[in-house]
Formats: sequence, C-alpha cells, structure tokens
Amino acid sequence: MSILVYTESENGKFKKNAFEVASYAKAVADQMGTSVTAISFNASEHENLGAYGVSKVLNVTHDILKTFNAEAYAKVIAQGAEKEGAKVVVVSSSANSKFLAPILAAKLKAGYVPNVVAAPDSTSPFKVKRTAFSNKGFAHTEISTDIKIIGVSNNAFGLKENQADAQVEDFSPELGDGDFSVKSVDIDKVAGKVTIADAEIVVSGGRGMKGPENWGMIEELADVLGAATACSKPVSDMGWRPHGEHVGQTGKPVAANLYVAVGISGAIQHLAGVSASKTKVVINNDPEAPFFKAADYGIVGDAFEVVPKLVEKLKEFKAQNA
Amino acid sequence: MKILVCISNVPDTTSKINFTDGDTKFDTNGVQFVINPNDEFGLTRAMWFKEKQGATVHIATVGEATVEPTMRKALAIGADEGIRVNVAPTDGYFVAEQLAAVVKNGEYDLVIAGRESIDYNGGMVPGILATMLGMNFVNTCISLEIEGDTATAIREIDGGKETVKTALPLVIGGQKGLVEESDLKIPNMRGIMMARKKALNVVEPVDATKATQDVSFDKPAAKGQVKLVDSVDELVDLLHNEAKVI
Repeated sequence: MSILVYTESENGKFKKNAFEVASYAKAVADQMGTSVTAISFNASEHENLGAYGVSKVLNVTHDILKTFNAEAYAKVIAQGAEKEGAKVVVVSSSANSKFLAPILAAKLKAGYVPNVVAAPDSTSPFKVKRTAFSNKGFAHTEISTDIKIIGVSNNAFGLKENQADAQVEDFSPELGDGDFSVKSVDIDKVAGKVTIADAEIVVSGGRGMKGPENWGMIEELADVLGAATACSKPVSDMGWRPHGEHVGQTGKPVAANLYVAVGISGAIQHLAGVSASKTKVVINNDPEAPFFKAADYGIVGDAFEVVPKLVEKLKEFKAQNA
Repeated sequence: MKILVCISNVPDTTSKINFTDGDTKFDTNGVQFVINPNDEFGLTRAMWFKEKQGATVHIATVGEATVEPTMRKALAIGADEGIRVNVAPTDGYFVAEQLAAVVKNGEYDLVIAGRESIDYNGGMVPGILATMLGMNFVNTCISLEIEGDTATAIREIDGGKETVKTALPLVIGGQKGLVEESDLKIPNMRGIMMARKKALNVVEPVDATKATQDVSFDKPAAKGQVKLVDSVDELVDLLHNEAKVI
C-alpha cells in the first residue's frame, strides 16, 4: 500500500502544482507510515519529483494520451491505484484534476474531498480540512470509504522538500476506444501567459477601470510583477474581459501570495473568491469601499494616477533587486 | 430531446455564513435560498434548447420539502416538470447516486448540472453521475451546441478553453458562459402561476453510499486592520520587507 499522487505535466515538464501535490502526498504517507508513488503522463525529469518525497513513479508514455482526456486519464490512474494497492489518491485543483477526480471517484468507489488546505487532521478516521461556502468557511470532513481521493487546494499546502530517490517504472495501462468518446478538437490557450490557477501574484481590475480600453495599465502592472490578470464579475458580465478572468464566488477562486485589486469595491461574493490569497492590496478612490476592510494594504486614490506610478516604482525596484 | 437539469438549493451569494450546534451545522437562520448559480446558467441554456430545437426540460433536486420553493422558481422559469428525491443531500457521492436513479428511470438525452454548488463546492455530482451511468461527460462547460446525437462543447481550462466533440447521452458540468448573465430570466407572473400547476413529483431515495461527512466547521480568522499608505514607494517597501511577497 502506498499513497498515489497524480503529477501533472505540460509539454513533458512537471507543473508547479505537481510538486505541491507530491509534497502533500508525502505528508500523508508520513502520517500513515508508507511511501509515495507518483503517476505521470508523457513526462520527463522524474528526479524532480524525488526532491518532494516521491520514491516511485509510474511512468505512462503513450501518444494517444498526449492531449488530456479526463475519462482515459481517470481510467489509467484507477489502474495505477489498483496496481499499487493505494488507499489514498492525491490530485490538484487544476481544471483537469477537477474534471477527472469525480470520474476516478466513481471508478474506485472512493470518497472524494476537494479544496483541501492542510495535511489530514487524522488518518484514522481519515479527516481533512477543506474550504466550503466558497471560502467563507472551512469544513472538517471525514471520509469513510476504503479508498480516499484528496484534491489539494492551489497554493495552500506549499512546496516541502523531502529528498527521496524516485525509481521510475514504465506503466502500460489498458485502454479502449470507448475511453475516448469525448474528443478534443481544439485548444485555445495563450502560450507563455501565467494562469490564475498557477499564479503566485494576481492583478485584478474592476468597474473602476471605466472601460476595456484602460486595461493596458492592468496588464503592465501584471507584467512587471510576473502576475496573472483577473477581473471582477461586473467586468466580465459587461464583456470588458473574458469569462475565464472572472474571479469570485461564481468565477474562479484565487489563492495567490499577492492579490492586487484595482478599482474593485469588494462585494461579498468577490471577497469570498479571493479570501484565500495571503496578502491583499487594494487601490480604490472610494475610502468607503468594503474591500479596504478585507485588505492588508491599501491606497486611497485614483487608479489612473496610482497604477502608472506603481508600475514605474516596481520597475525601479526590479532593476535594483535583479 | 429530453433534458434533465439538476438543481441544488443553496444560500444566496450575499449570505453571511455562520455555524450552529457547536459548529457542526450550517446555520440557515435568516438565510435566503436560491437556485445554485451554476445550475441556473444550465437551466437557462436548457430553455434555449426547448424554444429553438424542441426539447422537454425536467428538473431534479435531492432534498427535503423545504427545497420546493427553489424548485417552483425553476418551474416558473419554464421547466416542464420537477422530481424531488425526498432525502437530505448529505454528500456529493450520495447525491450523485440518487440522481443516477432518476436519470436511469427517465432516459434523458442530456443531463445538465452546475460544475459545483456554491455551498459545499464539492464539484463531483455530474462526474460521478455520468460515470455510474456510462454517459459521456464534459466539465466546466461554457458553450454547448447539439445537433442530432452530436454535441459540441467548449470547456474552460486553466488559461484558455478547449473545444470537444462527443455524443448523446451526455452529462454537462455547467457554469457561466453556457448563457450570459443578461440571458438569465426572472420569472414573470404568468410563469409563477403556471408553475403552481406543474407536476412536482416526490420520489423516495435509493440505498446509496455516504462516502464523506462534514463533522465540524470553522470560519477564517478575522482580518487585521488594513494599512493605508500614501505613496507607491511605501507600498513597494511594505510588500518587499513586511509581507515579503515581492
């Protein structure tokens, strides 16, 4: 019996969340007195997983699995779990992991708890802490099934180095045509742009930006910080920015190290969605904006004056600290 | 086409969240319940299929009698018939098994559920349901077109979107984008009157797995006072030296 962790990769390279879920799996393994096995698809540089406590890798290499397919990936992970006799399977909170985890849960008849923010409270009974009510609260959830699936919240557990020697073993799953009945025909993704899910810093604009034509300064600020761009709900509803950038209760959750809100008043739904971020900065010309109550740092001022100044200052800072 | 929209009864997005009974239960006192927003986008898309392509739209909710006002609202928006599985929705796996029984009995071509409910955020009901029944499944769906037995869907992925093709019968985990916010319908008086006469059938639950249980809750620690600064110089200094995030 070991802990199985699904380590995601893109173009053969492990994603940052792969190291975070590996770190989490190692913490669970230590609590249960066992070891961590990772399962990877068409990835290389497996030794990087060893740095986070992975001692074995099931290495799946298959052309047909080059593009993510939730049904097929779930089937492969289920076969990996059976082979390893895994009682706990750990996945991330990426869109792909949240797509395949319920399929995997049904296949393994496993209880699945997503949005987990800490190592298990206990392993017998198996109890974990997760966010609920869209980050307005936490639940401590017991899983009573024989096999358990944990979805780790982005950026909540962090990376924990734990040197192990990752032994790589080729793993050939059994797949049939029926596993590919949902076919990918097009992927539209801006290459090289940091996504909200992966970002350590997120810069977000609200109605105070007055129109989509003013987003240049949000993008500049994001650029100098190496941040992802996001927006509030009204901004996406008005079509100023794409839906994929909408963060908040009905949009994407943000759990960044730094969240910068420009011209966002801070409706309760928005605050819920971004509350897991560690440091929040608010720039708003209305000193009564509710967001100031939920922020760590604030500047009361006109975004059109403050943001360009902030960009200049950050450029100076980066030049000095490069 | 026969469509089932799964509706979850959730606290309104503006609700303050509190817990009761020694922090073991969500405190529903003073809370207004609504159709889960992700489900409402799906319901509105289902109404589009009904109007443009000819479909019947059924709704199903797992819950005790207290969920009926929310179901009536969905009927007032235009769904044809409601099915309530008469049991408290304890966890995602359990709810998915209850809904799987409803789907099996009704032989639906398309099942639309929200990608997650905004209360417990499990995000697992559509995927477990689809897998139990061997139906195709697309999650975080932001666009759906059906032609004959073929479905073309767009799903949101991290940093972009992916177009997929698949076949009915299909389960969708839906969200905003299936329709726009401005497409959402507020029920009119005629709809509300008609909804009163529509069938809301109550069925008893099947034996199902209780896979998980929320044993206690807590709230995030209170936030300290915001530090207001006058200059960007000061802000950058604090972010670097105090918060250590840049």
